[in-house]
Amino acid sequence: MTQPWLLLTLVGADRPGIVAHVTRVLFGVGAELGETAMMRLGNQFAIMMMVRGAGNPEEVAGLLESTRADFGLKLHVDEIDAALHQHREPDVSVIVHSADRSGIVSEVTAALLEAGMNILDLRSDVGGSSDKPIYIMQIDGESSQGIEPIEQCVARFADQGLTVRVTPLETMRG
Amino acid sequence: MSVEPLPILTYPDERLKTVCEPVEQFDPELREFAEHLQHTADLGPSAVGIAAPQVGRMQRLCLVDATRAKRPVDNNGPLVLVNPAITNWKGFAVGREGCLSIPDYTGKVIRAETIELTAQDIEGRTVTFKMKGFEARIAQHEIDHLDGILFLDRLVSRHADLRER
Repeated sequence: MTQPWLLLTLVGADRPGIVAHVTRVLFGVGAELGETAMMRLGNQFAIMMMVRGAGNPEEVAGLLESTRADFGLKLHVDEIDAALHQHREPDVSVIVHSADRSGIVSEVTAALLEAGMNILDLRSDVGGSSDKPIYIMQIDGESSQGIEPIEQCVARFADQGLTVRVTPLETMRG
Repeated sequence: MSVEPLPILTYPDERLKTVCEPVEQFDPELREFAEHLQHTADLGPSAVGIAAPQVGRMQRLCLVDATRAKRPVDNNGPLVLVNPAITNWKGFAVGREGCLSIPDYTGKVIRAETIELTAQDIEGRTVTFKMKGFEARIAQHEIDHLDGILFLDRLVSRHADLRER
């Protein structure tokens, strides 16, 4: 019977070699990698990785202990009820930017939920300078009620100094 | 049409990486194939185009139909393009593409925003079209198939966000 998917999360100060070393250990024991997301957040490097075939969570943590210690990573492993080939296509993109302040993500995502949008992918960044930071957020999602309720829902943010751009997405398939 | 759809080749079938030969014979068999190809696309998951090599016929023929877009877009109607060639390009746009030959994956691709192309219709008559936006994207995707190029070969960063000009 196929082993269940595990979700590995690894976080640590960004430096070259983290991905190569972690995946070499997993490949060495015949593990299968599924979908992954890896990115630099702040000065840290964060990995989320579907893995199976390398044992249970404790065994996988044991396999990676040496690499974890060498790179000073934080490691967490969970068994998850996941499956491949479950992609969904976004049909709306929402891009938000403004001077940074607390509450942007909370307020905007609450409005999107109210408008029937399901978030599939969200990336946010803080740019600008330390004394004058700006916040930029890019969201792709599914609009269960169409794009108009989303546009109406986010219009309120203009008064709060947020620029919100809603764009329909259509995947061309041929 | 009650006939079975044509089997669609899927990546990494080598035939999808092959440059196709020009169509030289315009006859009833070619018309019948084009109809069969359209029928095959009709039964696929919301396809707006299909190219002959996707069903293993290594000839320069493809279908482009922007009337099937979910939202209305500028279009030239349902087209059968034989021996198409893009003669002019302008602008760039990022868009998400999928492919009948690459199930369960979509990605971002940069395409020319407007194009002009010349081709032959199913009777062999020379035709020219100006296309923009979604229809131009379909045509570029399908003509790529005729040159053995898949959208996977043109993927850009999933966070690419070129604004349309």
